[in-house]
Amino acid sequence: MTAQTTPPGPAARVGRGLARAAALVVDLGRTWSGALGVTLVAIFLLVVVLAPLVAPYGYADQHIAARLQGPSDEFWLGTDHLGRDLLSRAIYGTRIAMLVALPASLLALVVGLVLGLAAGFRGGRLDRALVVVMDAMQSFPAVVLALALLMLLGRSLPNVVVVVAIAFAPAYARMARASTFVIREEAYIEAERSLGASNLRIVGTHVLPNVLPPLFILMAINIPVAVTVEAGLSFIGLGVPPPDPSWGVMLDEGFRRIQDTPWPVLVPAATLMLSTLGFTFLGEALRDRLDPRLAGSRGGRGA
Amino acid sequence: MGRYLLRRLWMTVATVVAVLLFLSALVHIIPGDPVQQVMGPRASPDFAEQVRDEMGLDDPAPVQVADFLSGAARGDLGRDFISGEPVTAIVAANLPHTLALALSALGIAAVLGIPLGVLAATRPDSLADKVLGLLSVAFVTMPSYVSGLLLLLVFPLTLGVLPATGAGDLGDPLDYARHLLLPASALAITWVGYLARVVRSSMLEVLGENYVRAARALGLRERMIAYRYALKNAIIPTVALLGVSLGDLLGGTVFVEMIFSRPGLGSLVVGAIEERNFPIVRGAVLVIVLMFVAANLLADLTYRYLDPRVRVDKEAAR
Repeated sequence: MTAQTTPPGPAARVGRGLARAAALVVDLGRTWSGALGVTLVAIFLLVVVLAPLVAPYGYADQHIAARLQGPSDEFWLGTDHLGRDLLSRAIYGTRIAMLVALPASLLALVVGLVLGLAAGFRGGRLDRALVVVMDAMQSFPAVVLALALLMLLGRSLPNVVVVVAIAFAPAYARMARASTFVIREEAYIEAERSLGASNLRIVGTHVLPNVLPPLFILMAINIPVAVTVEAGLSFIGLGVPPPDPSWGVMLDEGFRRIQDTPWPVLVPAATLMLSTLGFTFLGEALRDRLDPRLAGSRGGRGA
Repeated sequence: MGRYLLRRLWMTVATVVAVLLFLSALVHIIPGDPVQQVMGPRASPDFAEQVRDEMGLDDPAPVQVADFLSGAARGDLGRDFISGEPVTAIVAANLPHTLALALSALGIAAVLGIPLGVLAATRPDSLADKVLGLLSVAFVTMPSYVSGLLLLLVFPLTLGVLPATGAGDLGDPLDYARHLLLPASALAITWVGYLARVVRSSMLEVLGENYVRAARALGLRERMIAYRYALKNAIIPTVALLGVSLGDLLGGTVFVEMIFSRPGLGSLVVGAIEERNFPIVRGAVLVIVLMFVAANLLADLTYRYLDPRVRVDKEAAR
């Protein structure tokens, strides 16, 4: 970092940010797994944005005469028990996956960050109480905790977001707490304090910038896990309710007719695997690039 | 070690108490009257009143929590909302199936994952290493319900081998094992990938140690070095992993038991949630959590016993 004599204008700053992001993406594409991750995630995100343009049919369009068909010219990947086009449903399914995984991971990060900062910075009794609560929450297998909470909240997409966030938050809190502990003891923090800086200022200008980066990496690695947890809950019938084309709902509907035709199971299984694989490769490439110390760790698994 | 052990035990007890409090509060957080929820509007007021009385649902909340805690301490988890049978007996009848499933999955994962990890580590950057690297990530990211559905499609439905549903006859070990093979494999796939990755990276570390170089200088065969000397140390970090993995394995049993229509704690919980049969949910979830906590404690202590370097109390910095 070189010292800036004149602060750059907003346009220049945005330009530099974009250039840096582009450089990072190119950098990630240098390993073959990183390249695969970047490609798969790029395709995935394009599909999320362009779903109505690339899907041949609507996700709820029924072609009753063409139920449970295999792939054909008309329906590239076949149809389900209501004659809905599986390809179109899988394409719209990317939107459901993102609609749950992104807000859930972000919410988990924010909640975990606040709790972790509070525990790590305050220490003492608050810290001990939070650690016991986090430990108790992490003694539940993530899926089981989510199931128990969904029984209380009922079945809806926003509830799935909340439940997945609750199941993931302790991992972020733990990470934030551990790095806060380390930074808190640094000499420059003591210097700041002796100069009369408030706790808020110390946390905002020194602790936060150090605590956040590893949390973002954890989030990148957690997104595919959130996708699989959502699909799993929906598969059991406790997640996203039909007719929304969640891949889990599609798997459930296909499972009920698995003896008649494999396609309604195979299509969502394939899209689920390709997207989680892409996000995992991307997340791990990001982690190896930004924080090699974390190599080998993987965020809480759910399914 | 002694101080650490005490601290660890105290934390475990505190955790279990917190879990118990959460679970006993479950019924009070559920919106609406639990009896109405389960029996529907058709239940006569007299009958609903009788059930409420038997369940102690009219007692003040703290009394109910205390009742549940003292009952749980004596092994009494309450009664099934619908059949009236003791929850402890129902959970005990399902527990062996889930334990058998989770333990055989761990076994399959170890038998496949560890040699694959060694194979990759002894030939770093070879084609085999790269293919295994891709495969293990694919395995790690594959949820157990996807692997379960795919195995169901391939073996019983397409090839016509191995049973698709049920747990088989407990009295006939061969039959039971045949029924166990597919569900356990479905559950194991994630951990084959995970173990292969962890063993690979810790083997690579160990293979760079001086004692391995000394063994090479003495002219020992590479196979011998890898399996007899390096693996013994490289396997230690996986022990710590196993404790954590059991929790995910237990979570995965929910899906796998459903797909293969197996009895067990997972399918018990899902079925009870659909009926809003909360005493069953509470009891089964409690047993799942206790198994997880116990496994974690055991893995942690074994890890510390096996690797003296981690016996230093690092808890404060955690």
